Amino acid sequence: MTLMDLKDLYRDVIVDHNRKPRNFGPMVAPDAHADGHNPLCGDRLTIYVSLDGDKVKEAKFEGSGCAISVASASLLTEAVKGKSVAEVDKLYGEVHELLTKRDTAPSPGLGKLAALSGVHEFPARVKCASLCWHTLNAALHPPQAAVAAPISTE
Amino acid sequence: MSAALDPTRTTAPFDVESIRADFPILHQDINGKPLAYLDNAASSQHPQIVIDSMSHYYERDHANVHRGVHTLSQRATDAFEAARENVRRFINARSTKEVIFVRGTTEAVNLVAASFARPGLRPGDEILISWLEHHANIVPWQLLAGQTGAVLKVIPITPAGEVDFAAFEQLIGPRTKLLALAHVSNALGTIVPVERFIAVARKHGVPVLLDGAQAIPHSKIDVQALGCDFYCFSGHKLCGPTGIGVLYGREAILEAMPPWQGGGDMILSVSFKGTTYNQLPWKFEAGTPDIAGVIGLGTAVQYLEGIGMDRIAAYEHTLLEYATERLTTIPGLRIIGTAPRKAAVISFALEGIHPHDIGTILDVEGVAIRTGHHCAMPVMEFYGVPATARASFAFYNTRAEVDRLVAALLKARDYLT
Repeated sequence: MTLMDLKDLYRDVIVDHNRKPRNFGPMVAPDAHADGHNPLCGDRLTIYVSLDGDKVKEAKFEGSGCAISVASASLLTEAVKGKSVAEVDKLYGEVHELLTKRDTAPSPGLGKLAALSGVHEFPARVKCASLCWHTLNAALHPPQAAVAAPISTE
Repeated sequence: MSAALDPTRTTAPFDVESIRADFPILHQDINGKPLAYLDNAASSQHPQIVIDSMSHYYERDHANVHRGVHTLSQRATDAFEAARENVRRFINARSTKEVIFVRGTTEAVNLVAASFARPGLRPGDEILISWLEHHANIVPWQLLAGQTGAVLKVIPITPAGEVDFAAFEQLIGPRTKLLALAHVSNALGTIVPVERFIAVARKHGVPVLLDGAQAIPHSKIDVQALGCDFYCFSGHKLCGPTGIGVLYGREAILEAMPPWQGGGDMILSVSFKGTTYNQLPWKFEAGTPDIAGVIGLGTAVQYLEGIGMDRIAAYEHTLLEYATERLTTIPGLRIIGTAPRKAAVISFALEGIHPHDIGTILDVEGVAIRTGHHCAMPVMEFYGVPATARASFAFYNTRAEVDRLVAALLKARDYLT
């Protein structure tokens, strides 16, 4: 068995984005936003997106969480900027593969997000890194109103 | 008699190395480093003698209990009921009729909620708990309140993490039907001076349930001296198996309670005209029980008696004092829960580092601790933190392991701040 190495998980990019999260803070009048919550560890974050047609003009986030979850959200906001919703969806799939599949080389399209490749060695931490992506997905693809609010007082 | 049950141990000096030799799981490397297991408040480890007692049962004695005339059934029944007597002695119950086997503390609380509290509750009646409680001593009462219209009242805690006694005296009253209190806080380690609370409850004629899950591994419990009506605990917190626990109840109260679950073993006779229930304690033990779990628990309490609960408490206290002193030397470390009387549990926060990152970094160093809300989210809310890191010690832990905890925390600081 290979030994877990902290340097694989807490790479310089991760530590840097945790210390100095990019695009951190609220967004006035976002075109899309969603809240994410990981009840097990108490991580909470909100992702805001402004759109220009089909393209993500800007993404911001706020909330609190562990180093992995903050860094992952910070990297996300940089990675999705300027991408179309379809491109973001593709990236979402690639990040999911990166976090969960062993022995696969990071897809070249991941760029800086490849820094998250050490997470799969720490199964308990996969949820920390993926929370922001699930939240972004919910913001860009909100469930139908009937599904989102199955309980009504009406 | 095996060495592990040698009664002379109670008089010899506390030899932690010989105790550690009884626990096979402690002797392994995690990520290339010797395991330092400091997550005992979540679940403790098992001495070989407990594992052997369960293996022996499966290898030689297994059959269903209370049912057969054949030899194996008799052996299984004898071992099962001998374990009940061990538990009775361990907590000083008057009779084995007062020792009900359940799945754990959670099930014990739920049993009392459903069978003792629910039938008599009227809308507006009150159940009193404290802010310190584990979810297992909150949610069953919330469910009950929802079903009956009763009201759940919560005794506040002080910034040190003590249950506010003066507030309790104000809250208890004529509508209070039950006081349900943690004996020791799982999240903070606070030892609640339950004797004082019980004395007041007595004056008001209010029955008292104690959640003893975290108290029973750390000190001698005498249910008669405490004077509580119910005492709940889990086997796996005191070196026994998971999935088994105990509800102690006063015999007269248990007699008056209706059965909880119906099925085999809890009956004397069944016909479609009606059913006659079994006597205590079997009235509350429907279905084939966790026989191996009971045998393992019976062996675990015997093992602990062999060491001596008072000696365990004294040793753990020295570990707690040492760990508290060492941890407070770490810059940015804040201990959460600073009651003067604590069990060997330390919750803490490290400035600028989320508890989950602490947990991962410590694990890589071979140090196992718990991070999260510890199933006590109201306690986290009180201190304004989403989670804490928690080191919890058992009598097989050492000062050297405390040193390794401190070194690993310093490493976490280097990495992430």
